[in-house]
Amino acid sequence: MRYIRPLSIEDAVGLLAGSAGTAAILAGGSDLLVRMKGGFVEPDLIVDIKAIEGLSEIRETADGFSIGAAVPCAVLGESAALKKAWPGVVEAAKLIGSKQVQGRCTIVGNLCNASPAADSVPALVAAGAKALVAGPAGKRTIPVETVPTGPGKTSLAKGEIIEAILLDKRPPRSGDAYLRFIPRTEMDIAVVSAGVNLTLDEQGVVRVARVAVGAAAPTVLLVEEAAEALIGRTLDEATLERLAKVCSGACRPIDDKRGTIEFRRKVAGVLAKRATTTAYARAGGK
Amino acid sequence: MAGVAVSTTINGDSVEYLCQPDETLLDVLRDRLGLTGAKEGCGTGDCGACSIILDDRLVCSCLVLGAEAEGRRVETVEGMAHGDRLHPLQQKFLEHAALQCGICTPGFLIAAKDLLAKNPDPTEEEIRFGLAGNLCRCTGYDKIVRAVQDAANVMKGA
Repeated sequence: MRYIRPLSIEDAVGLLAGSAGTAAILAGGSDLLVRMKGGFVEPDLIVDIKAIEGLSEIRETADGFSIGAAVPCAVLGESAALKKAWPGVVEAAKLIGSKQVQGRCTIVGNLCNASPAADSVPALVAAGAKALVAGPAGKRTIPVETVPTGPGKTSLAKGEIIEAILLDKRPPRSGDAYLRFIPRTEMDIAVVSAGVNLTLDEQGVVRVARVAVGAAAPTVLLVEEAAEALIGRTLDEATLERLAKVCSGACRPIDDKRGTIEFRRKVAGVLAKRATTTAYARAGGK
Repeated sequence: MAGVAVSTTINGDSVEYLCQPDETLLDVLRDRLGLTGAKEGCGTGDCGACSIILDDRLVCSCLVLGAEAEGRRVETVEGMAHGDRLHPLQQKFLEHAALQCGICTPGFLIAAKDLLAKNPDPTEEEIRFGLAGNLCRCTGYDKIVRAVQDAANVMKGA
């Protein structure tokens, strides 16, 4: 096994693209090292991306925010500007693991680990976040929901690295929220979850909506019908009921010891309603 | 396997070591440097017994590679006392009997040190949240929380 800490994204891409055996990208390591310890992966090459310039920064740009692939989730919680613009994304990222894990884990890692129950992913999908991908053929920007293709699998090709997550600048009267169900109070894996992102008009009518449900299918679901249920409406009881019904209906969950299919379906609807109510209030809706 | 040469700072001292690329910082501390304060409980980042502070961030040293410590600052429980003079947290853990078997204690001390550095006057709830990444199977946590509260009071007065 080799451990290499390249200083540029081009070098990192070159190392990954040119590796003959298994190569792994190391950012926070909170998934990779556990998998190595358990014998599930034995990389021939580890590429530590933390020394690459800019990857450990959150940058506020003219278009919004660029969150580097090596930024630990704890740092997201310390960025007042990011918290103000995207409170739902930050609260989702802050739910991952303990304080010790927060000091290491990253949202790009959470995305690329491709767990259907990843906490930050429904919030990022709802936020319309993009992944900036660097690869042998150059750079491309893709919606985050196209990254995971199934449990543990991503659409990234050999040699590709997600360099940063991009979040748009917020229009006025916008808000987002993320909620998950776990059987204890903290530090657990989502049984089911929901992320919601809204923009309202001056009358409090929903103009833009994105709703995502987590841990309810092999990948996080962007529920377009749920967004349609909200757009053009204020949050009356009938709208929220319709939203819950659509979200429950979109679920294709597994049945396991952590939750039955029936339970996950029902709770997906409940969480979508509650997250919508919070996002609405954050957007200034009454 | 070729070794990785690492220069780092541990508890204020410059340290150099050679380690294997897949060796965790926890194994380096314990097996190569003789710093056995950090303990391996689970080895998967769940129990916090191996907690250390890496560049002012509380982390599990079992989830850090030894090679990653290059050029960084590591703080372990061994750096808390000054000679015979215990850190207020260590003193209060003794006074409140906040330990029984002691395996989790170095991790709790380091996590509590990090907590009080960032929040010198935490509420009980903040202490419980702040230490939620550290598991103790003996004390039931209550005595640990009291010890941290008491230490916070002493440190504020200092």
